[in-house]
Amino acid sequence: MNERLPHFVDTAPFDVYATERLTPEQERYYLAPQWRLMWWKFGAHSVAVAAGVVLALFYVSILFTEILAPYSRDTKHTEFVYAPPQGIHLFHEGRFVGPFVYGVRYHLDMETLKREYVPHRSEVQPLRFFCRGEPYQFWGLFEGRFRLVCPAEGGQLFLLGTDRLGRDMLSRLLYGARVSLTVGLIGIAVSFVLGISIGGVAGYFGGWTDAIIQRIIEILKSLPELPLWMALSAALPVSWSPILVYFGITIILGLLDWPGLARAVRSKLLALREEDFCTAARLMGASPRRIIGRHLLPNFMSHLIASATLSIPSMILGETALSFLGLGLRPPVTSWGVMLTEAQNIEAVALYPWLLLPMLPVIITVLAFNFFGDGLRDAADPYS
Amino acid sequence: MLGFLVRRLMTMLLTLVVISMLVFVIIQLPPGDYLTTLIAELQSQGEQVAQQKIDFLRHQYGLDRPMVEQYAIWVWGLLHGDLGYSFEYNKPVAAVVGDRLLLTVLLNFATILFIYAVAFPIGVYSAKRQYSWGDHGLTFLGLLGLATPNFLLALILMYLANVLFGTSIGTMMDPQFIDKPWSLAKAASVAEHLWVPVLVIGTSGTAGMIRRLRANLLDELQKQYVVTGRAKGLPSLRLLVKYPLRMALNPFVADIGNLLPSVVSGSVIVSTVMSLQTTGPMLLAALQSQDMYLAGSFLMFLAMLTVFGMFLSDVLLAVLDPRIRLGGRARR
Repeated sequence: MNERLPHFVDTAPFDVYATERLTPEQERYYLAPQWRLMWWKFGAHSVAVAAGVVLALFYVSILFTEILAPYSRDTKHTEFVYAPPQGIHLFHEGRFVGPFVYGVRYHLDMETLKREYVPHRSEVQPLRFFCRGEPYQFWGLFEGRFRLVCPAEGGQLFLLGTDRLGRDMLSRLLYGARVSLTVGLIGIAVSFVLGISIGGVAGYFGGWTDAIIQRIIEILKSLPELPLWMALSAALPVSWSPILVYFGITIILGLLDWPGLARAVRSKLLALREEDFCTAARLMGASPRRIIGRHLLPNFMSHLIASATLSIPSMILGETALSFLGLGLRPPVTSWGVMLTEAQNIEAVALYPWLLLPMLPVIITVLAFNFFGDGLRDAADPYS
Repeated sequence: MLGFLVRRLMTMLLTLVVISMLVFVIIQLPPGDYLTTLIAELQSQGEQVAQQKIDFLRHQYGLDRPMVEQYAIWVWGLLHGDLGYSFEYNKPVAAVVGDRLLLTVLLNFATILFIYAVAFPIGVYSAKRQYSWGDHGLTFLGLLGLATPNFLLALILMYLANVLFGTSIGTMMDPQFIDKPWSLAKAASVAEHLWVPVLVIGTSGTAGMIRRLRANLLDELQKQYVVTGRAKGLPSLRLLVKYPLRMALNPFVADIGNLLPSVVSGSVIVSTVMSLQTTGPMLLAALQSQDMYLAGSFLMFLAMLTVFGMFLSDVLLAVLDPRIRLGGRARR
């Protein structure tokens, strides 16, 4: 019976947490603040990131429209009406010249009375970069002549063709972006403010206030959007200046968009207002305004921003549709919708298909906003 | 159920009353009235208009009365089936609208059927094969449909329809049938022309529907009863159709309410571009010339269509899902 094992004593100090030690990555993850989690989750969504980059490029470009565009918005080239897009070439007769375009001449086809443009193979017009082009007013503030790309001296550069008045489509697209891309932003700002305040009031107070606001929302939601937009924008006075009309349209777009947002805010608030932190704030004498704004809304702000992003596309499409019908923005203000009014009839599609080009940025922007918003929405809930 | 129906019907009536006021205010919003437009037009043609005649016309049309009274007259007429008088066409609105209403309803109805027919199989497929190439491709296609402005799609399709099939451009029927009474040949001609606008208007609604059906079905497919069913050895198709699909069908019914306004909107703009004989182009013209009863009655009709569609979808939902009608009160 003497074969007892020796008593084992571990000399190392006892570590209570030994079993649940975190790897550095885990620690980093668990300790990260919420916004960083969102950022990571968004970053994992490669399509959304790509869409975000595209949108960022678009929005940065509208800051420097004047520099990027080869011509000014309204420069007319009467010699080149409905000129087709010119291709950029690099080699001329097997010899490298750098990017250049061939000059074009037109002749009138006496049978169809159609202008036909033929590139002149002998006339090489090299593009100039970082050059002095047509003078412009930068944001209407100061004069400048510096442009990213200009046609050769005495030459032309219509990369996307020209329209009915011989205006360069590419330049007009770039100028139109300024209007088309901001319409959605201003509209969503209007709708955001309205939606949050009205939905907040409905959700926080409940009862009669809520019931009435709910009915109003139901009514607004049951009206078909476009006819209502049409009716309201037909009501904008004709005497308004184009800039006023622009703001009028954005406000109309925003005015009819808030019900969806208000609904989301309301349903969240109905649940949150029963929470203890809300009661505590109320007992300490905070005003409803403060409770809604400081204590309740931040809980789901990220969700709201994500869903707002998702409703920008419908505004951009709405503006395009209204302008296309001639009820929206009016020349000389140029938006993608205004440009598309030129492509209203079937001849345009058949004879001058490049007039339909403004469709591309519209589609790209709308798609990008959709993907971007989807990514944001997933990221807004990083713990799921 | 009866209580639910009555309650829902009351809200619908109230909604319609408020909408009628809203519509009336909106069409009154532009400064001036139809007579100002008319006078301006006459003067631009070099005609002199005697003040006396203007006053007479204004009195005749009731434009000199206060707005509330005008509203009362309009609504009173509506209740009696009298849609008012179109200044521009010099005819009662009902006579102007006539045929067009039928075509509008037909167009919207066909579009909704199209959306269901397309969205249903695609939605089920996307959910069943989540993250497959087919899913990604179809979802992207749907999004593309959502992102393309309706009217441009209309233009391009019209062009293609003409080039490929020789369908006459921009109408809803062959020219010889316009303003003719309905016949089989006319109906066939309409059916032949219907697909372009239906396709165009349908594309934007389809994407949203696919998304919702897919999301719903995915939620259902993760539930335990599906696992149980699979463990018991139910065939895959039967397992899908019998339980989860039924549950995921709710959005199809519930969405009539959301779908109708967007389809109606879409049909207005597409009809304008394609100059279909529906109410869309007329509404545009009426709004621009301030032909107030014509525009008002149109807007009212469109709103009525949507409100009624929503009512229908609510009732159907209540029939399908007892939780909804019982929970009507205690939802908050």
